[in-house]
Amino acid sequence: MSEVNSAAIRTLAAMLEARTGQQLVTSRVWRIETSLKPLLRERGMTSTDQLVAAMLKGSEHGLADRVIEALLNNETFFFRDHGVFQLLNGEALEVLRAARAARRRLRIWCAGCSTGQEAYSIAMMIADAPERWQGWTIDILGTDISSGAVERAQTGIFSQFEIQRGLPIMMMMRWFDQEGENWYASAELKRRVQFRRHNVLEQPPMPGRFDLILCRNVLLYFPSAVRTAAFDRLASAIEPDGVLMLGAGETVLGQTAKFVSERELRGLYRPAVLGEASKAA
Amino acid sequence: MSKKCLVVDDSKVIRKVARHILETLDFTVDEAVDGRDALDQCLQTPPDVVLLDWNMPVMSGMEFLRALRQSDLPVRPKVVFCTTENGMGHIRAAIEAGADEYVMKPFDRETLESKLQIVGLA
Ligand SMILES: C[S@@+](CC[C@H](N)C(=O)[O-])C[C@H]1O[C@@H](n2cnc3c(N)ncnc32)[C@H](O)[C@@H]1O
Ligand SMILES: [Mg+2]
Repeated sequence: MSEVNSAAIRTLAAMLEARTGQQLVTSRVWRIETSLKPLLRERGMTSTDQLVAAMLKGSEHGLADRVIEALLNNETFFFRDHGVFQLLNGEALEVLRAARAARRRLRIWCAGCSTGQEAYSIAMMIADAPERWQGWTIDILGTDISSGAVERAQTGIFSQFEIQRGLPIMMMMRWFDQEGENWYASAELKRRVQFRRHNVLEQPPMPGRFDLILCRNVLLYFPSAVRTAAFDRLASAIEPDGVLMLGAGETVLGQTAKFVSERELRGLYRPAVLGEASKAA
Repeated sequence: MSKKCLVVDDSKVIRKVARHILETLDFTVDEAVDGRDALDQCLQTPPDVVLLDWNMPVMSGMEFLRALRQSDLPVRPKVVFCTTENGMGHIRAAIEAGADEYVMKPFDRETLESKLQIVGLA
């Protein structure tokens, strides 16, 4: 990396953090130029410097947004961390099902849902157990700060490479239609999920509280104060007896006092108030 | 004890790529170059899982699978097809013949690892 380029990259890193909370980890810095290449080509530019200069001048419409999009890590796949999803579909949803038996309604939020695989995974889990959820209303909302990712999630279209990452073949056959190289979510599946753009560091995406929140592999690259603030936001958006699911390598330990891990639901978390209340009982 | 996977593919490159991924997932890996070779190996020491190409000389993946499922092995190895055939017709035929999972080439580590988890092996 040249001197000039590292100044450009510092600018990009600062902008990314200001807008999304995400820090560029050193291990990803070398990927920046690769990530930006398609955008450079599209705008007829030859260097990252030129891109940053144009962005700072504000001369190209929507350029900063596009740069941010390109820098975000959107890696995702269906049922990411198979074991945790089994636990979720088993004990965790059972706990919630019992708690909401009177209302027969569940509100689920995937915060940082990328291109939608996580939200569609949940939707398929529910749709594949019609007797279990007979008469229930289950809202699944996926949000992401990247509008490009959200738009892709809304289409429900996945490439051959994407469709099979994590998705059991029977579910693929049941819920997707093949057309050329792509796989299209069925209307019945798409009906079960909603997507919209939202920054997890801002007010929750809708009034009322969620019974289940997934915020997976999103908080990872936040500096610790930002991460704590994000947990505060999630805590304000979850029911006191709700369930929080983080990524496989993530924990609440030492990050927030608002959530605690629960022994029966290993790898899942619940609001701290409930933890304390049940300890006292 | 680590699980055993038999990689069946007439392409040396594919066998090598698959072996590499499988070894990082703690599998012991054997290789076969066609369906006949694979069947011989399975009847002798059945693996936990077979990663199976479709188009191969001598004996195709489908012929192998049918023979395997008709054999009187005391165990039932899992079979994960791994092929460039990507049409619904092929996928359906594979499942009907007794395949447990299906991978469309090209694939990566996450695809393979997740499919092995789905069949209960990783
Ligand atoms: C690595 S992906 C994880 C996707 C999915 N949750 C999973 O675990 O597979 C992280 C996602 O978080 C999004 N993201 C990053 N910062 C965000 C923020 N402040 N608010 C909402 N989403 C954010 C990124 O755009 C990206 O799509
Ligand atoms: Mg072949």
